[in-house]
Formats: sequence, C-alpha cells, structure tokens
Amino acid sequence: MKFDAPATTNPIDRQRFIGQPLDRIEGQLKVTGSAPYAYERHEVVPDQAYGYIIGAGIAKGRIKAMDLDAARAAPGVLGIVTAANAGKLGKGKRNTARLLGGPEIEHYDQAIAIVVAESFEMARAAALLIRPDYEAQPGQFDLAAAQERAVKPESGDPDSGFGDFARDYAQAPVTLDETYTTPDQSHAMMEPHASIAAWKDGAVTIWTSNQMIAWGKADVAETLGLPPEKVRLDSPYVGGGFGGKLFLRADCILAALAAREVGRPVKVALTRPMIFNNTTHRPATRQRIRLGAAPDGRLLAIAHESWSGNLPGGATETAVHQTRLLYAAPGRLTRTRLARLDLPEGNAMRAPGEASGLMALEVAMDEMAERLGMDPVQFRILNDTRVDPENPGRPFSQRHLVECLKRGAQRFGWAQRQAKPGQRREGGAFIGLGVAAGIRNNLLTKSAARVRLTRDCRLIVETDMTDIGTGSYTIIAQTAAEMLGLPMAQVEVRLGDSDSPVSAGSGGQWGANNATAGVYAACVGLRQLIVARLGLNEADAVFADGRVQSGGNRTALAQAARQGELVAEDGIEYGDLAERYQQSTFAAHFAEVSVDAATAEIRVRRMLAVCDAGRILNPKSARSQVIGAMTMGVGAALMEELAVDHQRGYFANHDLAGYEVPVHADIPHQEVVFLDEPDPLSSPMKAKGVGELGLCGAAAAVANAVYNATGVRVRDYPVTLDKLLAAMPA
Amino acid sequence: MIGGDEFDISRRAVLLGGGALAGAGPVRAATRKETDMQDSPTMMEVSFSVNGEARRLRLDTRTSLLDALREHLQLTGSKKGCDHGQCGACTVLVQGRRINSCLSLAVMHEGDEITTIEGLGQPGELHPMQAAFLHHDGFQCGYCTPGQICSAVAVLAELQAGIPSHVSPSLTEAPTLSEAELRERMSGNICRCGAYSNIMEAMREIAGEPA
Repeated sequence: MKFDAPATTNPIDRQRFIGQPLDRIEGQLKVTGSAPYAYERHEVVPDQAYGYIIGAGIAKGRIKAMDLDAARAAPGVLGIVTAANAGKLGKGKRNTARLLGGPEIEHYDQAIAIVVAESFEMARAAALLIRPDYEAQPGQFDLAAAQERAVKPESGDPDSGFGDFARDYAQAPVTLDETYTTPDQSHAMMEPHASIAAWKDGAVTIWTSNQMIAWGKADVAETLGLPPEKVRLDSPYVGGGFGGKLFLRADCILAALAAREVGRPVKVALTRPMIFNNTTHRPATRQRIRLGAAPDGRLLAIAHESWSGNLPGGATETAVHQTRLLYAAPGRLTRTRLARLDLPEGNAMRAPGEASGLMALEVAMDEMAERLGMDPVQFRILNDTRVDPENPGRPFSQRHLVECLKRGAQRFGWAQRQAKPGQRREGGAFIGLGVAAGIRNNLLTKSAARVRLTRDCRLIVETDMTDIGTGSYTIIAQTAAEMLGLPMAQVEVRLGDSDSPVSAGSGGQWGANNATAGVYAACVGLRQLIVARLGLNEADAVFADGRVQSGGNRTALAQAARQGELVAEDGIEYGDLAERYQQSTFAAHFAEVSVDAATAEIRVRRMLAVCDAGRILNPKSARSQVIGAMTMGVGAALMEELAVDHQRGYFANHDLAGYEVPVHADIPHQEVVFLDEPDPLSSPMKAKGVGELGLCGAAAAVANAVYNATGVRVRDYPVTLDKLLAAMPA
Repeated sequence: MIGGDEFDISRRAVLLGGGALAGAGPVRAATRKETDMQDSPTMMEVSFSVNGEARRLRLDTRTSLLDALREHLQLTGSKKGCDHGQCGACTVLVQGRRINSCLSLAVMHEGDEITTIEGLGQPGELHPMQAAFLHHDGFQCGYCTPGQICSAVAVLAELQAGIPSHVSPSLTEAPTLSEAELRERMSGNICRCGAYSNIMEAMREIAGEPA
C-alpha cells in the first residue's frame, strides 16, 4: 500500500482498541519470567555448548601471537575460534570495526577469540588461559585534543545554513557564545547481547537479541559470505536495546563461527564488563552555540557546531540536527565535524543527535533567556516557527510545541519559579525549576506484515518487527483487532523472525507508526479477501464485534474463516509527504530539583513531559516509553559518563557499578501528558514516534533546574556535585 | 549439561571444597586419583528445594546459584544482567530473604528453600505483585522484571519485619512504609527502561498507601 496522500477517515479512527490504555499482551509472560530471551532458549535445539568471548587488551595495534595451548587442553573444551581459523570474513554494511579482531586490533575489547566448552564454567576458565602477545601502537583517545584535527565528514549533510549568520550575529544586540560538552554514554540495556547459533545443511539459525532483524540477517550473510536465504534470525524478546542492538554484534557472529567450528549449537552472551568497550556507545560531543537576539527576545541568529570522534569509517554524532528545525531565526548556520579516535565504535543510542544536541541547545536557550531578562518558556514560545526555517516553503505537518509549553507550564506550577537563581530554599536545600523543549523527527520507512485468519477465527499477525520493551506486540494486536473487528484475545502476534515479512524494525522511534501502518495495509488486504469470500460489497463493509456488516447483511467472521484459512501480506510504502512536510514530534519538559546547600547533592523532585506525537496508539505503553526516556534523561544530566582512559584508550568504568545509571532512589513520580492529535500526513495510523521524544530535552530541563536552584551553570555534563560545590550560594 | 563419572571429583578438590564450604552438606567421596585442579572440575552434589520442589544436582562447584537455576534446571525466569551483583536481575528468595543469585555458589545452598519468579506465580495465576506490575506497566523490555518483582515482594516483608534501611530515621523503631523506604530498598534492582515510577505505583497498590 502506497501512502502518498493525507489519510482520510479509516477504521482506525473508531478507536475501540487503538488509543485504549490496554495492558501489554505479552505482559503475563514477562512478569512471570516466562518470556524467552535469546540465551534462554534451551528448547530450540538440543546439545547446546557454551561459548565465552575474550576481548583485546589493547586499544590499537596487533596480536603478534596467541598461545592457545593451555586453553585447548583445558577440561571440557570443544574448540576455539580466532581470526586465524575463522576463515575469510566480510564486514557487515553497518559495522565500523570488525566483530572478530586479529591480527589487527581496532579498539579495546574487540573480540579476539571464542572458546567453546561443555559448560559455561569450563569455557570461562579455559578462555582465561589464552595468552595473547600484543604489539600496541599509539592511538588518539582524547576528543578535546583531536578536535583541531577534525574534518568535514563526507556524508551526512555536515554543513547547513540560511541567510547570513555572520552578519546577523554581528549586529545582534544580545549575544551568547558558549561551549558545551557531553560525555560518551553507554546503552547499558539489561539483557546482555546474546545468541545461540546452530547450523544445518549449510544454513545457520541464530536465536538472538536484535532490534533490526533484516539488517542483522543481511549483515550475518555479508560477514559469513553466505547467501541471505541461508541465514535465519529469531528475536521474539529483546531485553532492551536503546540502539545498542540495532546492529550485528560479536555474540551473533562468534556464536555462528563457533557452532560451525565445533559442529554443535553454541550459545554465548557478552559478559557485562565487556559490553561497554566491545559494543557501540553514544559518542562524546563538544558543541559551540552562538545565539543573537533582539532586546524583545526574537532570535536573529543561531549557530550550532559540533565535534565528535569515531574510528575510521565511523559516523558523526549529529548533535546539531534539531537546531535546524526548532526555532525561527533569519541567520542560521550548523557545522558537524568528525575527529578520528581509536576508542570503541561510536554509533546510535536512543535519540542519536538530538539527545546530545538538546543538552547543549536547551541550556543555551536558558542562558539567553536570562540575558534577555525573559521567562524561558516565553522565550521559546516567541521563537516558535511554523515552517522549516532553512526552507520556509516547507511547513511542519503539525507542530504543537507552543501548546506543550503552555500546558506544561500551567500544570507544573511554573509561575512559582523564581527568575533569579538561588532564591528558593527549603530547609537545607535550594530548590529550582527548569524547562526545555524537545524535538525528534517522525521517520517514515516501509514496513510489511502477513495476517492470517485461521479456520477457528483467530487472527495471526507475522512480521519481523521487534518489541524491545516498546509495546510493539500490543499495538500491533490493537491495530489488527481494530481493522478486523475481533477481540484482542483472538489476535496472536508473532515478532522477530526473519522468515516473516520485513518491517521497519525498532529504532529511531520509527517502529510504532510504521510497523502498525504495515499491519494496517495487510489487514486491508485481508478484509478484501473476507468480503470477496462472503460475496459482500467492499465499499460499505464494516468490521466490528466479530462480524462484517454490508448493506443489510451481518455475517460472522467465523463463517468466512470456516471455509479455509485466508492469508494477506502487504506493507506500507511512502510517497513524498515527508519531503513536502517536515514531520516531527515535540515535547516540553519540566523538572524540579533540590540541591543540598552543604553537599550540593542533587535530587530530582518532580518531572513532567507534555508530548505532541500524533495519535497515541496505547497511552499506557506510550507513557512508559516517555517516563523511561525521562529517566535516561536524568542519567544523562546527572550521572552517566564513560570515563576515558586517555593513556590506554578505553572506557575505564565498564560495568554497572562504575557506569552509573538512575536507580529507584533517583527517580520521583513522573507525569506525562499527551496532546494526542492524529496527524493524517504521517500514515493511515495518524501516529508518530514517541519512544525517543521523552529523552529529547529531558536532561537539559534537569540541568536548567540545577542552575535555577543554585545559580551555578555547568556546561560540561554530567552535572555532578563536584562541579557545583565551589560556587554554591551561601 | 554436565554429569556422569568423567567429572568425578579429586580428593584434594573435595578437601578444598569441603574446607571452603564447611557445612554445605555431605560430599560424595572421590573415586579418581588426585589430579591437577585444572584438569578436572570439582563436582559436588547439592540438594535444595526450588519453588517447593526437591532438587538434587551434581554441579561444578564454580556454578552460581543463578546458573544452576537457568542452565541446569532451565528455570530461566531469573535473569543474568551483569553476573556481578550490580543489577539485581537475578534476585531470588532464599529462606524467604532476597539475594543476588549470581553472587552465590549453588553448592552453598544445601537444604535451602529457594523461590524464583516462577514460584511466585504463573501466567493465568499471577501473584498479586505480578498482577500489579502488569496493570501499572511496571516494566518494558521485561528483562529486569522478575528480579524487580522478587525484590518488591521481599521489600514489603522486610518492612513488615521491621528491618531498617539507609533512609530509616531510626534503627530501633519500625520503619514506615514511605516511598523513600520503598525506593531505597529497591535501588539494587536496575531498570534501564526506566519503569521506576510505575513500579512504585505497583508496590503502593500492594502495600497500601504509604504513610
């Protein structure tokens, strides 16, 4: 189904299932521990052996030799795979560094061997007997030092501009020119990367944990030199991803190589301490922002430049992207530059670009509002835009940022905020309020599904879409139930199998809208088959309450089903609506913090997000997406930082004790408001993404609240107490 | 899975194991000649009950309680998030108290009564805490969820038993059922999806309104 004109009224608009806050359909499995994650699939294939991966102990250089004798002789060992015996390997299109290193080493903890044994304990013990002999080479591990050698990347639209920024900035009566830094961050999803691989007749099946099944399948085939039809991936449950499982990783490839080597199925999980340096991370940024404004608060000039680093062939962190769209200003400029670093591979983490970029931009806006003597909410409202500021002929499909800010301000009690910082004190703590705007684009990408009406009138939906905690199972079932007029209990959703039609997958907050639109398309096809079988008129057929009504006829769906299973497969594809209209989601984030007057310990006391993200398909699971992202925003604001060892070139705090993420005690009650405005330019679902929006701006709101509490402006994240202490008010 | 005579333990290993694990229960005598530790894993038998069912396992002594549950008994509800006691995903109840099962060797649990998430409730027969998590959407990806639920059940029992926490105002008076107490006691269970606010709602429902 081609979606190339705005959606009109369709069965989804009835909202009998869509839009309802239904519990997750797989929820009973998850709360009882019955949902099977990758490493737990004892039943899929017998005789599983255990793999254990070791990583490189240097960041850059080569392995001169690797003594495997002791490991090979260790009890229970079935085989060892290294680059020396893995055979010729390709590299997946989406991988920067190779997944099996050696002899060249590209980053610390790059996998260099997998040991397979009869048990986990034996594999681990044997793996620790491997003695690699390295020849280390110097590398570049410090972004600040590498910044001046950064270059304009070849792809990714590194320069943008409009009007004459230099002139407008020079003439602006009020200006700001500040630099902000964000650190490297880790996804730290709870389920480690894990895979079980088994070969049969030259084909491999990998039960894994992956967000993008079709990408993974293609890259397994590419890496192993197999035709794609010889590769099957299955990933029905994913214990969190946040971008860390978008791409093929070492567990998947090394499980496949090891299983081939030992002639048995092999299961392997990355150990937690290895994940931080072996897999991808959100790259650190250094960002310079210049704002010029008229005394009345209108922005005249806005420039955002960002520097990040990566391995050769890696991409930039697109931290300036939101600045091209968020506020009006006649003179505009953005620059993105890339430095070569020999740290582990930088890549997408939840809201790549915007998460880091808004941490800088929205603090700059807070600073500018103060210089102008304006309220930060009013300053943002004043500089709202109805069109793409770099392309004024191109409107937003919808944009309700002003309403988000206004409703949020009212609900949060923004009027109580003291404009002057450090004024509000309760007991031994300073109290502050902060606001930030959020924007994240609504990305349209094709997505397919197959729907089957079985003889016993169950509706089965199959698609390679994944549910990484996002609620895909439930919203897909809601979509199918709505389209066919069947109760939720009669709908079964099967996800994550590469044998199913290719979906949008889970990433970039594009999953919900596109995957349900694909199911919508397939359901339209199934409705046609049903109507044809029953000899009804398609034009006026209404599917509801388990029946089809057409003309004066009301026929039970069960009657159509009894005559034999009906199967329809289709997908959604998009025309140029995303080119003609800028499609984005918006949020207003509010936070209240307390900062201990003596210790500068920061506590978040209240949080609110007001979100403009099209139709909300399931307010319960969508709200969870937003509060989860807000929680990650608290982490970004106050604690998350991969500490770079600039000598040895690795992230030193590579576990969940050293890399701090928010815990229960860090997070207050969180409130979310959805404007819930269907956007007919997005898809037949009229929905947009929401899974990343909750992170966009959340950290800046917290940082701005800390400033409002203390009067201390921290421009280097995370905002920790040591950066406040020296300047705390009396 | 491992088993059979080829993994019979050495005498030295038994002595070492018995020394380190005194009181862990009877150890079957070694039948094979002493060999280097590295050549053969030390195997021991251990008996405990899991979710009310008596279990007897012959295990490599290095096997954590978590791996005994997940790999040997195939009770995969308890999760391995870090294997280092840093995330709480492996939380189970032993003798009614919660522990990180990844930080405990299986053979240390001779005679213990162990309850895992599977023992709290099953699909269609949920424990009230499981039902509250479901209704309040106190999870997303589901991977930390069994640990959160086991902890939540144990936390309410700890409060009832008057066990103080870091945030309790007094060590001698009974702690109150405040949100600060609940959050503090749950902070060993990380949820990267960030369902904390909803988990608190679920716990409040089961605990009754906090003071």
